[in-house]
This record gives sequence, structure tokens and C-alpha cells, in this order.
Amino acid sequence: MTIALVDYGAGNLRSAVKGLERVAREIGYSGDIVLTRDPDVVRRADRVVLPGDGAFPFCRRGLSAIAGMDEALTEFVEVRAKPFLGICVGMQLLASKGIEHEEIDGFDWIPGVVGPINADGSDESGRPLKVPHMGWNTMQLINPHPVLNGLTLGDDGLHAYFLHSFVFEVANRDHLIATSTYGVPLTAIVARDTIIGTQFHPEKSQTLGLKLLANFLKWAP
Amino acid sequence: MLKTRLIPCLDVKDGRVVKGVNFVDLRDAGDPVEAAEAYDAAGADELCFLDITASYENRGIILDVVRRTAEVCFMPVTVGGGIRTHEDIRNLMEAGADKVSIMSAAVRDRQFVAEAVRQVGGQSVVIAIDAKRVSEPGEPLRWEVFTHGGRTRTGIDAVRYAEEVVALGAGEILLTSMDRDGTRAGFDLELTRTISDAVSVPVIASGGVGTLDHLVEGIVEGGASAVLAASIFHFGEFTIRQAKLHMQSAGIPVRLDP
Repeated sequence: MTIALVDYGAGNLRSAVKGLERVAREIGYSGDIVLTRDPDVVRRADRVVLPGDGAFPFCRRGLSAIAGMDEALTEFVEVRAKPFLGICVGMQLLASKGIEHEEIDGFDWIPGVVGPINADGSDESGRPLKVPHMGWNTMQLINPHPVLNGLTLGDDGLHAYFLHSFVFEVANRDHLIATSTYGVPLTAIVARDTIIGTQFHPEKSQTLGLKLLANFLKWAP
Repeated sequence: MLKTRLIPCLDVKDGRVVKGVNFVDLRDAGDPVEAAEAYDAAGADELCFLDITASYENRGIILDVVRRTAEVCFMPVTVGGGIRTHEDIRNLMEAGADKVSIMSAAVRDRQFVAEAVRQVGGQSVVIAIDAKRVSEPGEPLRWEVFTHGGRTRTGIDAVRYAEEVVALGAGEILLTSMDRDGTRAGFDLELTRTISDAVSVPVIASGGVGTLDHLVEGIVEGGASAVLAASIFHFGEFTIRQAKLHMQSAGIPVRLDP
């Protein structure tokens, strides 16, 4: 059993690896957790995690710059249909396209567009909203999903750590699992078939994040 | 609802915490990783390491601290102090930092900020501003950017500088009043308010916290998105939870996850 984390020079991979290793130990998951740039490792993996920090075009190009990686990821998701987790920009890349500095295609596995957070709103004290949406926020459940087993969302639920200026607007509400509210509801978790994506960083979201990672390792869609 | 962040800051020199953390039984009160773990367990919302290592040859030690912290802490970590090159930024991010806090390099060269934003994304680029009041009594309030622990005056207007780095894509401002730092007299609320109103990104208020009311003031009057403090937590005067409950009782939304 191999969990492949795709290393394409975008983001804080060490924390994601450490988070997965920790929950793997806790639940007695015996698979190997590997950081890889090798498309063959990705193609043959049992689970794939696609992290990503920074700008959408930077991440998209970074992935495509690895010969065969786009194809390996597509084969993993569409042909082998094994559990796939995208984190932060790794989640946004699931979209049809991203509009950040420029318009660029995503994988189009979950239809929708990634664009700037609408900053017109105001907070509870009437001040203009700050962007990035940065910090701990609660989430509202839209559609239940196995990676949220045992987790309570809602205003009194656990928090997740968000750090983003762009948001994924999904075309089909069936693919929306949870939102966080920041002036307006922002997409927090998306899913379709064997694919799940979180806008927040589970590896930085303490109790909720580690539980979600453990659920991802147990998930057998 | 997004919660207001409470951020303890640890000064680290040559891999050791300068003022040891004394609020829990640690095997080694000077080990920054143990201190980070204790704050993680205590419910801190983020952790800030300020590396004040002076010698060049010991500069790599902080990377080891960050690496070991990433193994045990599952909350966001910002690292600042002595970041001079884009390689420094890459090394810190690869070691496990979520954000880097840049001071002198940004004052020297604004393009350093733009390049850092391209490199790791604006959400991970924090600009640290040490500001000191320079207006005479009776004049309109004015603050200048200082570097080197408040010793070097730059001649740069702090408000304009904040606007400039945000226009270059920086995602957050860590604002320290050098007039208040270490005084325990509370934040410079006029400074905090002025900068917070001037920029579209979150501002972390820092410098001068001596009581829990000071934390509340930084948010309510200063308009900050987050508050940073050091000594009131390190010496066990107040716990993170006490501070958050105090903020909550003042109507500030805080995270109190189990």
C-alpha cells in the first residue's frame, strides 16, 4: 500500500507528510507514505495526495513541468479511480479553470471556476473584510461525506485553518461538501466519486484536520 | 465564523528560546520545539518563531527547529528574523513553515517582496513592520519604519510602507510598536488602527501586551485581525485559554476547540 504525495515544488509538503504519518500510526495504517516526482509511482499508488500553495498558474505549470505527471494523475483518478485528496491549491486544481493573474485550465474533474474572494462584505463589527481569508473558521455541512465521519461541523463544531485569497465556485452543488462563511459562503470541501478536496490545510487544522486525514486513509470508495 | 487569532511568539537564538517557557513542566524549558508543542496543546491559533541568531554560521539551526516542530505541531507556524534571500524563504517553507515574516530585506528592496509573493504566494508572505512615533506633540500622528530592533531609523513612513508592500502582494502585516514593545503598557492603538484601516490584508498587533484587556483593545479599538504576545504567556502569568475566554467575554469570537 502506497500513499503518494506529489512533490512539484509547491508548498509545505513536510507538514502534510508528518500529518499523514502521525494518523497512519494512530490508526495502524501500514502503507508507505512517499513524497514523489515520479509519475509511475503516482500511477501505481493506492492513494494520492496533491498539495499546493501559492498561485493557481504557478502550481498548474509546476505540475505540468514534470513529464508524464498530468497523465499519471488523470489515469489514477479516471481509470484506476482510487482515493485522491487535493489540499488548498491542490484542491483548486480540480476545477475546470482558474482565474488568478490569468485564465488557465485546471483538471476539470469537478466542474467550476476558481476566482478571487469577493471582498465587498463586512465583518460582525462592520469593518471591511480582509483578504486573504486567514485563520480558523467553522464550516457548514452541505452534503455528508465519509471523510467527515465522527466530525461535527456547524457554528459550534470544530475549526479548520484557512489561508486563501481565491475560491472554488463549483458548478454542481452535489459536489459541494462543506462551506465556510466569510461574508458569503466559501467552498471549503468538494468531492466527486473517489476525489475529495479541501480548501483548508488538514495538516494544520489540529483535531479536525488529523481526523479528516485518518478518515481519508480509511476511505474505501 | 472566522475567529480572532491569538499568537504566542518565541524568540529563538542559536536554537534556544531566549526567555524560557515556564507555564508547563517541560523537560527543557529552552527547547523551542517543546515550547511549540506546549502552545499547540494549549490551543494557540498560530505560532511565531522570531530567529534572533546573530552569527551567520548558526543561521541554519532554525531550519532544524522548524523541521522538528512540523513533526509534532499541527497548527500554522510563521518564521521571521534574518531572512535575506529567496533561498532563505524556500528553505524555511520546505522545512515546514507556513508563512515567512520579512523585515529588513523588504525595507532595503521592495522587489524582494514582489519576488517572494511570486515564489510562495502572497498568503505566505508576512511583512514585519517595527514602527516608532516620530511626530512631535501637537502635530498629526506619524510613524516611521525602524529596523535592527528599533536602532536604525529608515526615514520611511510606516503607513505608506504598509500600503506599498500590500500593493506588491504581501498577505499580512505583523505590526510592532517599538514605543510599546517590552513596556507592558498595551499596544499603540492609534498606530494599529491607522495601519489596519489603510490596508486590505490582516494586521497582527504586537508590542506592549501586559494585561488581557490589552489583547481586547488591540482587536476592538485597534482593528487588528490577530494579536501577538510573548511574556504574558511564557511565564505562566496567563494561559492561552484564559486569554481567549477573556476575549470572548468582551464579545470577540475565538476558537475554543477541545
